[in-house]
Amino acid sequence: MAYTVPRPKLTLAEKFYLPQVVAGLLITWKHFKNMLLGRTKIIMQYPEEKWDASMPSYYRGAPTLVRDEHGRERCVACQLCEFICPPRAIRIKPGEIPPASKWAKVEKYPEEFDIDMIRCIYCGLCEEVCPEQAIFLRKDYAITGLSRSEMIHNKAKLYELGGVMDGVVNKWNPKK
Amino acid sequence: MMNALASLDWFLIATSLAKTVFLLFLVVLPMVSYTVYAERRVSALIQDRLGPNRVGFPTTLLGLKTDISPFLGGLGQPIADAVKLLLKEDFTPAHVKKFYYWIAPGLGIAAVIVTLAVIPFGSSFLGVPMVIANVNVGPLFIFAISSLSVYGIVLAGWSANSKYPFLGGIRSSSQMISYELALGLSVVPLFLILGRLNLPEIVQYQVKNGWLLLPFTDGKLTLKEVLLWIPVFISFVIFTISLFAETNRLPFDLPECETELVAGYHTEYSSMKFALFFLGEYAAMIAGSSLVVTMFLGGWHLPFIPDGANQGGLDFLHAVPAWIWGIVNITVFFGKVAALLFFFIWVRWTLPRFRYDQLMRLGWIYFFEIAFINVILTAGILAFFPN
Repeated sequence: MAYTVPRPKLTLAEKFYLPQVVAGLLITWKHFKNMLLGRTKIIMQYPEEKWDASMPSYYRGAPTLVRDEHGRERCVACQLCEFICPPRAIRIKPGEIPPASKWAKVEKYPEEFDIDMIRCIYCGLCEEVCPEQAIFLRKDYAITGLSRSEMIHNKAKLYELGGVMDGVVNKWNPKK
Repeated sequence: MMNALASLDWFLIATSLAKTVFLLFLVVLPMVSYTVYAERRVSALIQDRLGPNRVGFPTTLLGLKTDISPFLGGLGQPIADAVKLLLKEDFTPAHVKKFYYWIAPGLGIAAVIVTLAVIPFGSSFLGVPMVIANVNVGPLFIFAISSLSVYGIVLAGWSANSKYPFLGGIRSSSQMISYELALGLSVVPLFLILGRLNLPEIVQYQVKNGWLLLPFTDGKLTLKEVLLWIPVFISFVIFTISLFAETNRLPFDLPECETELVAGYHTEYSSMKFALFFLGEYAAMIAGSSLVVTMFLGGWHLPFIPDGANQGGLDFLHAVPAWIWGIVNITVFFGKVAALLFFFIWVRWTLPRFRYDQLMRLGWIYFFEIAFINVILTAGILAFFPN
């Protein structure tokens, strides 16, 4: 159904328009003056001031890999994150843990783990899908680089960003 | 041959060249780039932002300890912008009409720069009058040449061979036609009052009899001046608003009109050709403001300040050498122009764009008629007070 927007009845001053122009000019002048005299609060001057301190715990920054408190990698190279990643930013090359190793039970570890940060959309699906709680979106948001290759985070870089995450993960326990 | 050379006034040629170089390269073009900076800064402040406040001068490259970042910061921005625009790829799309596409930006800016020739931007300096061409048809010359600048826009719009520039070009030409009339008619009352068209003489008249818009600046106010102030004020309002339309500034920037036409007539332009349109637009603002200052606001004159020949003003100021007052007069002129430019920017960030039919109605139905009645009103007042 058609809806007619009612036209407002204009007063003489509004029809003449110039008084309204002056009123508008005064409003913008007020803003200009307050800003010039420093009366308007400036929220944040970004590169000098950062909002890291007030960042919420659930902030989704760059995806990272974490180690546990004993320095062991949590990732078992199951490749679920690689498969779920919508922009296909993750590339994993799985490797086998040798049978002689103390941790042979775990079977696999990532030989290579690359996240292309040009592709990453920070959706957090990798963190959600990870059965081993090995990948987390941390608080780094200013990911920059001068070349494309610099923007690919390899395994070392991911562990460096991720650090240590405490908590029980069952795969290390001998009896399960 | 030798006689012909000897008969040339070499002093005039040399001083004219010096004045041209000074006005164009030392005043107007830097002023243009810093008007762009002012536009960005003022718009930011009006919208409670900060604007470009980072770029200083990288003096560390020259071996100094620190970079210079002047009081507000960001004063290096126009230079960085200019370098960027010069170094960008100058791309000519395959589908354009090459010849017109290439000459359009030049036409746009050349017409504007030529109008600067007749503006008296100072009284005199070491005996040389501070106007490049002292012609007897100053305002007519400016109107004639500045309406040529629409060719730049129309040709750009047509040669780009795509719909948005084309619409921008069409809009520009019809806008020009509807505002040129009001622009020309609105200053007829001034010519009735002044009785001359020579811009330096118009300024001299205002030095003697008070600025046209502020007739009390000569220290006295007669009934005739008070009565004449009414048509002069109407002229001033119509002229200024028409100038907004003439220079394609908001609220009349229909040829550009980012929200409707991408970028209007210069959609297909990039790099320095785009920058030339940009320069032309801002140079047109400066030329227009100069004309307003010269005709309504007393040009280079400031009460109590002597002119470049140490005439007029307060007596004790005559102790200072005349050439200092010459420089002061030039500074005063460009100070007034800068104030008007601020007004231009201020209006731009206050008013929304007019709709196209509103613009046409304003130009043809209101301004044209008001300007016409204004002429008759002025003539009546002048007939009533012959002296």
